[in-house]
Amino acid sequence: MLSLESITKTTQDWLLAKFNPTIALAMECAIVILLAITLFAILGLVLVLLERKVAARIQIRLGPNRVGPGGIFQTAADTLKLIMKEGLTPDTADKFLFNLAPFVVMMVAMLLLAPIAFAKNFQIWDINIGVLYISSISSLSVIGILMAGWASNNKYSLLGAMRSGAQIVSYELSAGFAVLTIVVLTGSLQISEIVAAQQNGWWLFKGHIPVVIAFVLYIIAVTAETNRAPFDLAEAESELTAGFHTEYSGMKFALFFLAEYINIFIVCAIGATLFLGGWMPLHIGHWEGFNHIMDYIPSSVWFMGKTFFLIFIIMWFRWTFPRLRVDQLLNLEWKYLLPISLFNLLLVTVIAIMGWYF
Amino acid sequence: MYNQTDIIKDTTNLGPEGELVVNMGPQHPATHGVLHLVVTLNGETIKKIEPHLGYIHRSIEKMCESLTYRQFIYVTSRMDYLSSHINNTACALLVEKGMQIEVPERAKFVRTILNELTRIASHELWIGAMAMDLGAFTPFFYAFREREMITDIMEDTCGARLTMNYIVPGGLMYDIHPEFQTKVKAFIKQFKEKVTEYEDLVTGNIIFQSRTKGVGVLSAEDAISYGCSGPVARASGVSCDIRKIAPYDAYDRVEFDEIIETEGDSFSRYLVRVKEMNQSIRIIEQLIDNIPEGEFVGKTKNVLKLNKGEFYQRVETARGELGVYIVSEGATTPHRIKFRSPGFSNLSVLDHIAKGSKIGDLMATMGTLDLVIPDIDR
Amino acid sequence: MFLKDYITDVFNGVSSLLKGMRKTGYYFTHGKEIITEQYPDNRATLKLADRFKGEVVMPHDENNEHTCTGCTACELACPNGTIKIITKFDITPEGKKKKAIDAFIYRLEMCTLCNLCITACPSDAIKMSANFEHSVFDRSKLTKVLNKPGSKIKEGIE
Repeated sequence: MLSLESITKTTQDWLLAKFNPTIALAMECAIVILLAITLFAILGLVLVLLERKVAARIQIRLGPNRVGPGGIFQTAADTLKLIMKEGLTPDTADKFLFNLAPFVVMMVAMLLLAPIAFAKNFQIWDINIGVLYISSISSLSVIGILMAGWASNNKYSLLGAMRSGAQIVSYELSAGFAVLTIVVLTGSLQISEIVAAQQNGWWLFKGHIPVVIAFVLYIIAVTAETNRAPFDLAEAESELTAGFHTEYSGMKFALFFLAEYINIFIVCAIGATLFLGGWMPLHIGHWEGFNHIMDYIPSSVWFMGKTFFLIFIIMWFRWTFPRLRVDQLLNLEWKYLLPISLFNLLLVTVIAIMGWYF
Repeated sequence: MYNQTDIIKDTTNLGPEGELVVNMGPQHPATHGVLHLVVTLNGETIKKIEPHLGYIHRSIEKMCESLTYRQFIYVTSRMDYLSSHINNTACALLVEKGMQIEVPERAKFVRTILNELTRIASHELWIGAMAMDLGAFTPFFYAFREREMITDIMEDTCGARLTMNYIVPGGLMYDIHPEFQTKVKAFIKQFKEKVTEYEDLVTGNIIFQSRTKGVGVLSAEDAISYGCSGPVARASGVSCDIRKIAPYDAYDRVEFDEIIETEGDSFSRYLVRVKEMNQSIRIIEQLIDNIPEGEFVGKTKNVLKLNKGEFYQRVETARGELGVYIVSEGATTPHRIKFRSPGFSNLSVLDHIAKGSKIGDLMATMGTLDLVIPDIDR
Repeated sequence: MFLKDYITDVFNGVSSLLKGMRKTGYYFTHGKEIITEQYPDNRATLKLADRFKGEVVMPHDENNEHTCTGCTACELACPNGTIKIITKFDITPEGKKKKAIDAFIYRLEMCTLCNLCITACPSDAIKMSANFEHSVFDRSKLTKVLNKPGSKIKEGIE
């Protein structure tokens, strides 16, 4: 059966047979970089269109429907427009940092693609501290945002960046604790092992209520970490016009925009990996026939399906809720999410030690 | 006086104690028009707000002085464009008062229904815009779906959707559309079904409540001393409904409650408006089946000339008390005209109630004050 | 006690949020509720209110005759000088001079569609049409002459 696993294996075998190992490795790296950039672009386009369509359906309207059938080329046309637009740099801005910031934000998003298992044995880098890597790299994106806000020399940008800093620093804690619950249960930081541990059932189902709570906390925390509504204070459009990217235009703005959507994809992919079994198909107990049918669906489809389900939930949040105020945002984290996740982690640890999960 | 160079100087320099002066507007997503707020911030906390007006001043009062009593009514639609019917009614009532024109019962009933429909439409738009200020985009579309039904009714009867100019001194410009009553009833039915959606999405929402409760508290004393009116004053416990105090048109023949909340915060201002919509529905329900037959416009002279003297007429618009004051020299045009617009006094209270709160609170406060800038500037 | 309040707080908050999500979720899954009109595509079926005030027109009958006497009542009623009537004198078959309009000039760019001219007209010569697609490439095209070339006043209208 043709799967992503066999394709990578054939490619590698072919490269190793034709060239010496160093050149083969270099070529593999080049292919990976190319694929990552392609994925980046395609995901950005698809997610923006998806968001607009979801928003439209929720808001009882049609959404983009002019460019291409059903408007599917709308985002491609938008990107074309943004590329052709003038990338204006304000006179009083710190030009170096101003131009660097979008690339920092984008680079962080791309680095995070590395340890994600897109399908069975299809992973760029199965690092043994995968979860730790993700937690540490994802906190770097705040640097790009602060850089953008400071360098713009605009008050709205500065306020937005400061808000974003406070927000990401605090919400990382609950996201981290939610991730830790799964690490405690699995006993490993490696993505492939976490997925393998869910062979007989997803953590969401076999980890009892504490894991469900951890899942909810994770979703809330990553919504905040990616600056999405109801936590989009960094760009709160009715308060700060556009927050940290007020002064950006053209392709530099597009990079921020794309990075936001890639970040959503990544956090949802990680959520799917940790709680919903990654590329593992849905298996129910001893229903052999059902399990067999589920196995027949390719693992990449499972992974993408779960990820897009989580993305949809986050989009659903955005188009339902009002925005929080900055002090309420921090209250929510420090008074509600953090104590709950600490207590929850304790529960999970007890469960893990006693072996009460399935 | 604050001139242009001062504004520029303020924005480029930090204030004495590290204050940040932010020019919000005239182009800002939350000011709903061209309001310019010079906001002095200390971090996220607001220290001072200075509203600057004049960006949409069209000298409507001066324009009206060169227009005849028939002509000047259409200009008033452009002041508070969300309650243009009510503005027109105010002017028509004043001319009728000044010339002792008898208005037929039919016209009075239709005017009252249209005024209440306008009030609902205005509050619907406000709910959507206010939710948008607080970051919830979706209620806007749900509110506009119902508002659309009202504008369709207006389009059928008056021929326009926003600036109708349907009310003339003496009554109405032409008779109501034959389907007017059925359409209004259909609207009432849909509105009653759908109003629960706002409860689910907005009123009951924990984020919305925490954003608005205890924010921008206006005491009853301050509401009176700043001259606030309409829902803003009623949310602070001040009874000021002109429809009750000095009934005009058919308001003395209908039963409705004056909605009064006592908290004075943004949430009670919100509640007042939502409950007011239900009261408006109640008024329309009482009138819609009882529109009397007969003339739709009273007998008027061809050329309208107000008697010599001063005339004042006040009505309750969706935003509060609108007063029209005319000094007449007995000519075909007013000698002097002055509008007392509700938005101006309601805006003046902004600095007082938003001081010391966060930037996010400013949006909640400003949203619930329901400012329409062309009404403030005229 | 504190813990109980804390838990009820969390519970009430979450349930209020879920209520909102149920509402938006309902609309997401019910495509029939979509109310958007696809304007340029539905032009053929677009139905406007019969009283819709789009622009002022002067109806002409099949003999290219209108009912405008050139009395300038509309010109006087107009609050912003939208209408300008230029009159001329026609010679009737009996050899008498009769006042008639040469050009009924209507400036759409100045018109506020207040309907005062239509109510002022004693002979119902002008009315509002529902046409609302007014965009043109040249501003001067908005200044229109409403009486058609060669048209004349209907018999019996004074």
